[in-house]
Amino acid sequence: MKRVMLTSGAEAKIELCDGIILKSRAPKRYRLKEIDERLRRERTKIEAKLIAEARKSGVPTPIIYDVMNCEIQMEYIDGVQLKHVLDANLSERIGELVGLLHTAGIIHGDLTTSNMILAGERIYLIDFGLAYFDQSIEARGVDVHVLFQTFESTHGGHETLIEAFTRGYRKTFKDADDVLQRVKEIESRGRYRTERL
Amino acid sequence: MRRKSKSILGIEGTAWNLSAAIVDQSRVIASAESSYRPMEGGLHPRAAAQHHATHMEQVIHDVLTKGKKNNAKISAVAFSIGPGFGPCLRTVATAARALSLSMNVPLIGVNHCIAHIEIGRWLCNVADPVILYVSGANSQVLSYRDGKYRIFGETLDIGIGNALDKFGRYAGLLHPGGPKIEEIARKAKCYMPLPYVVKGMDFSFSGLTTAAKDALAHAPLGDVCHSFQETAFAMLVEVTERALAHTGKKDILLVGGVGANSRLMEMLNTMCQDRSAKFFAPDKAYMKDNGAMIAYTGLLMLESGAVLSVENSAVRPNYRPDEVEVTWR
Repeated sequence: MKRVMLTSGAEAKIELCDGIILKSRAPKRYRLKEIDERLRRERTKIEAKLIAEARKSGVPTPIIYDVMNCEIQMEYIDGVQLKHVLDANLSERIGELVGLLHTAGIIHGDLTTSNMILAGERIYLIDFGLAYFDQSIEARGVDVHVLFQTFESTHGGHETLIEAFTRGYRKTFKDADDVLQRVKEIESRGRYRTERL
Repeated sequence: MRRKSKSILGIEGTAWNLSAAIVDQSRVIASAESSYRPMEGGLHPRAAAQHHATHMEQVIHDVLTKGKKNNAKISAVAFSIGPGFGPCLRTVATAARALSLSMNVPLIGVNHCIAHIEIGRWLCNVADPVILYVSGANSQVLSYRDGKYRIFGETLDIGIGNALDKFGRYAGLLHPGGPKIEEIARKAKCYMPLPYVVKGMDFSFSGLTTAAKDALAHAPLGDVCHSFQETAFAMLVEVTERALAHTGKKDILLVGGVGANSRLMEMLNTMCQDRSAKFFAPDKAYMKDNGAMIAYTGLLMLESGAVLSVENSAVRPNYRPDEVEVTWR
């Protein structure tokens, strides 16, 4: 079967093979073999686990078919990235999904509108490569902060989008107000005061 | 002589090294320095500042004498205004203000981190690299965009040099620990797993340092030094590689005192080879804190009009590189 390369980043490559997504982490020659193998194996395992856990908590994610050493086989989601179609209505639904995710104790770690796919009626969250389990207000705050930054940098009318997100987030997550308060605080901190890449 | 270019006197003294240099457009004309080395333990800010105050006259005298022999005429005085130890910064700033007033030339406050970057770009002749800046207190991955050096990722707690020094001190090595750890690591027989912490684009070294200290109870020093270096440097290189991928740039520039570590250079070089990127690092003498980097950055700033009045020359111990308006690029 032919493998078609979809993306190749610094960390992993995504290929499409017979309607199945293959995500694999490439070895890095610069680091010690022991470190390299440990990281790639651990990160692959954790990512697969988090994708499955998120799905259990009610957030649409690709179905995991198999996890090899450093490769995840999963469902291909055929749809459009939210960055191309985002509006207030969709932003509210993102809020609901992130609320469910945070209720389950999961931090996505890279919430951008490129990592969300609208397929039919459902919004899927993809790329859990930087995700981890954490129940702290701080981790959740940073998670939401990253998303707000994307709204600001790539979408017009970000205030409306943030407002809509907030509505959805409050619906599904009981500690939403604490986290949103922390987001404001994070924004005012020195290290975020000046713009980062 | 025939030199038309402006010459700048630069003074650096943010931490342990008091260093002054005279630089013009084409070369480093003169330099002089005096290092504070604690007899035991780490750097004490007040003791370092006292060292600077004691040796300031000699260092300035030396550099000006050497400069005079080369017919350098000072057009401005630049000093590192931050970040750094408050007492050290104030000592250096006081000397710089006095010199600027007595020579009747402009005063320039240079950001220490930016100076590391600019002298690296100058000496390596590299236009627009992704920068890995690693020193005692600082560990950052930066990249220039739109009038500022943007921080792509940085340490969440202590700098890599600080981490090495803390561990070294615990292991009974004299300050600075980095070079000794590098030496001892060569004798290692095996790697032991230590915490590898990269969160998003940021990294953390304090947990690693504690784990390495604990490991000394049951493992040979060589193995722990080796494992510490391999783990910490892999974290730095990983984030640097991501910055390269994210920005689409093709060059890496390594600056800062820890940049002198040959294992770190080797790892960056390997990563660059695999990504068809180019790796640059200035000579070791210009990786550690030095007066030439302050003088050279001062020259760039002078030519773009970024000078200070004495009233506005208060030091900035927490001055971040992404606060600097880059007026010369």
